[in-house]
This record gives sequence, C-alpha cells and structure tokens, in this order.
Amino acid sequence: MTGKALVKLLDENGLRTDGRKLNEIRPIKIQVGLLKNADGSAYIELGRNKIIVAVYGPREAHPRHVVIPDRAIVRCRYHMAPFSVEERKSPGFSRREIELSKVIREALEPAIFIEEFPRTAIDIFIEVLEADGGTRTASITAASVALADAGIPLRDLVAAVAVGKIEGELAIDLNGLEDQYGEGDMPVAMMPSLGQITLLQADGRFSGEEFEKGLKMAIEAIKKIYKIQKEALKRKYIEISKEVLEGE
Amino acid sequence: MNSKSELVIPKIKKETILSLLRKNERIDNRGLEDYRKIQITTGLIGKANGSSIVKLGDTTVITGVKIQVDRPFPDTPDRGIQIVNAELIPLASPIFEPGPPGEDDVELSRVVDRGLRSAEIIKLDELVLIPGEKVWAVFIDIYALDYGGNIIDASALASVSAILTAKYNKAVVENSEIVITDEQVPLPIGNIPIFVTIAKIGDKLIVDPSYEEELVMDARITFVIDENENITGIQKGHPGVFTYGELIEAKNIAIKVSRKLRETLPLSKPET
Repeated sequence: MTGKALVKLLDENGLRTDGRKLNEIRPIKIQVGLLKNADGSAYIELGRNKIIVAVYGPREAHPRHVVIPDRAIVRCRYHMAPFSVEERKSPGFSRREIELSKVIREALEPAIFIEEFPRTAIDIFIEVLEADGGTRTASITAASVALADAGIPLRDLVAAVAVGKIEGELAIDLNGLEDQYGEGDMPVAMMPSLGQITLLQADGRFSGEEFEKGLKMAIEAIKKIYKIQKEALKRKYIEISKEVLEGE
Repeated sequence: MNSKSELVIPKIKKETILSLLRKNERIDNRGLEDYRKIQITTGLIGKANGSSIVKLGDTTVITGVKIQVDRPFPDTPDRGIQIVNAELIPLASPIFEPGPPGEDDVELSRVVDRGLRSAEIIKLDELVLIPGEKVWAVFIDIYALDYGGNIIDASALASVSAILTAKYNKAVVENSEIVITDEQVPLPIGNIPIFVTIAKIGDKLIVDPSYEEELVMDARITFVIDENENITGIQKGHPGVFTYGELIEAKNIAIKVSRKLRETLPLSKPET
C-alpha cells in the first residue's frame, strides 16, 4: 500500500476496477474435502485468489515438548507459492508469512474446542496458489471450513473479509490493485452467530468514524460469506449421502 | 507469548487479578486506563544516529537508529527506505529463547513498522538522493532488555523517540556523485504516532497490561493513533475474542489515552 492514487480506483459511476460496487464482495467458490490424505480440506476461490487448506488432527503432537496437558495445540502455516504473485516469490517463509501464520491461528483457535483434545496437535496448512488481495481473510474462511470437514468440534465457523479505503471511500473486499494503491486496509474475522471478532488488523489511515462504519460493513459481508461456507459444507454431506445410498 | 509462559502464573495470583478487576482495581493500584511510569532517555549510543531507552514500568527496551545510503527498492524508486527489526532476546526474560526471530519477534517488528509507516513519521519521499539509484535507508532496530509486559507500546515509543532525535550528515549530489557533508540534520518528520495497547481480561478492558496481566488476558488490541486522532494501525493479538461493542470502546479509550500521553511525553519535532 503506497497511499498514492496513481491508479483510478473508482470510475464516474462509482464502480470499482472490477466493476463492483463499494459494498459488493467478489464471487466466492468453496469446495470441501478435495484432498484424500488430509483429515479435512477446503479450496476457496475469491475473485482471482485461489487457496487450498488442509487440516490434520487432532493427532499426536511432535516434538514432545510442545504438548500441553489440558488442551490441543493449534499450529498454522500460511504459505504463498512462488508462482502465486506477479514477481516470483522466494519459496522460503517471509516475515509476512510468519506474521500471517500467527494472526490466522489466533483467528481460528477461539472457535476450536481445544480443551476437548488434551496432549494433541491440530495442524492447519494453507497454500496460496494465486493471490489477488485478501489472501489472509480468504485463508481464514477456507481454513474454518476445512476444520469442520475434519470433524473437529467448533463453536462456530470463522468467516473473514477486509474492508479498505479507496479514493476516500470505504470499500469491502479489496482486490490486489485496490490493496496496493488504496489508502487503508482493515482485515476482520468473526464467528458470526456468536458476534465475536477473532481477528482485527489495520494499516493506512482511518478516522474513528470510518473505523466504526468499516467494521459494520465488514460484519455485514461476513454474514454473506458465512452462508456460502455453510452451503459448501452441506453440499459435501449431500454428496456423501448420495454415494452411500447408491452403494446400498 | 509462548504457551509455556502461560503456565507459570500461580493460580492464586490469577484469582487476585480477576477479583480486583471486578472492582475496577488493578494489582499495582493503577486505574484501568493508566499507563505505568514512563521514562525516556535518548542519545545514549554515540555510534548510532539516534537511540532511545524506554522504561515502561518493569519493561525496558532500547531502539537504535542507523541511517545510511542505499539503493531504493525497485517498486519505490522515489522513496527512502524504512526497515524495522525487533528481537526478544533471552537477556530480557527467561521466557525468550535464543535462535532466529520467532513469531512474536516478527509480529512486533511488523506492527511497529506498519504503525510508523502509515502515520508517515519519516517522510520517506524526502530521503531521495538520486531517484532509482541512491536513497537514505533508516534502520530501526529494537531490542528488549527487560520484559515486563506491553512490549509493543514500549518498543514503539523507543522507536519514535529515537527517530525524533536522530541526526545524520547531510548529503549533496554533485555531478551524479554523492558527497557527504559535515552538516548534521534531523530526519524529515511527518506525523507522530502513539501506540496504545489494551488487554481484555474477562469483560474488562485495561490499558498497558503488565506481564502478570498478560498471563491472564483473553486478548489484546493495539491502536496506533496519529496527531489528528486518526487510526493508522490496528493489531489484535492472542487467541481471544472481542465483540463489536468492545472494539468501539477500546478505540475510544485508545484515542483518549493517546491524547493524554501526547500532552505528557517529550515528543516534540526536531527544529530544522
């Protein structure tokens, strides 16, 4: 984010570079349980973002010293493939990826009944295959579906979106261009039916009023994403029940 | 902090902190919105361009600023460079371990970096010598010396005061060559940010958590507030949750507290 409007992000009709309105999220597609080895998995497409998430566990925690006697440890690795961005990214873990792994874990952990699985580990692996703004929030949305797919008991799903500022206006779900040239970015994650916010970050510049309005916008969008998550999970169970019936 | 450290707080102390908070009292007699005593010492390190030691209660942090000529990043040929690095070294606490920077170190440096950058405390566009070729790079290195909680605010304050008091030799460009002069100048300063970290314990929001309070907190949130009382950074941390109402309240507390800190702390802009 450079804060300099070098690119026109809103046209004369108030539409964005990809034709969206300010309060419109990009199309979302979620696919559940596509990986065979993982205990749970999900694939999400959010606009041009493509992210795959695998969940393993609860399983025996290694190395032994990381074990916590009264609950599961949650570990998360957020990683971007070298080909996911314009300029090839080095495959090693960047500082950005280390920080995002931490905040994503802290956004998901409150939803998991970790106290039900003492001395175990729950591992969440996120691989960003293509990135176009909003990968951390899309990763959270997909990872919580993958946790549900793994059969791990959850207080609620966690859905996430970023709200940002382009040409002085609040806009939901920034794409890569808007993220780069906009004036602010505020990712939010939430357990929608509990009204509990599990991730909040911001950079750029927001007035106190914009912060409140932006947070409300994010919460509205999160409710829409939550519906899509639930539909994706239901679709998988309908498929399974069909398979079972056909097998009889 | 790491999961091991969470285990070391005696249950009895935890109960004390919680029962006091129910009466809106804290274990060290502070009000819920009070900072611990803050002490800032600048200019201690002769070989650094700027330096500052901040004591925030039992927490001590040192920041050193080094300013040198470097190549600009390819995507920002017309801007100087700001790099923040923070290390939670084992010298500062038994809960820190030696080795390469972990998640907590990286989060700390990135949160401080974003807060300073978004507020534009250093006017990076004024640090260009030859566009695309040579710019000034400002390295802000943060070291924890004694860990007593709320390392983010202490680190940010040490960094801000080191930046405000930093001096470097002015350079001029003659025939596409950079000539360093003897004239000492301060960094071009934009908007000075104040970082305010608030912990949530039960249903209470408390400012500037001590180490013991961090051990029992559910979550923390840092707001970076600029001179115009805009928000130039937010970071929620720790696996806990906030409601919408709590976040609005935390934001209002942060703005109020930043105003008070700004009045009392010696954070004036250098004279140019």
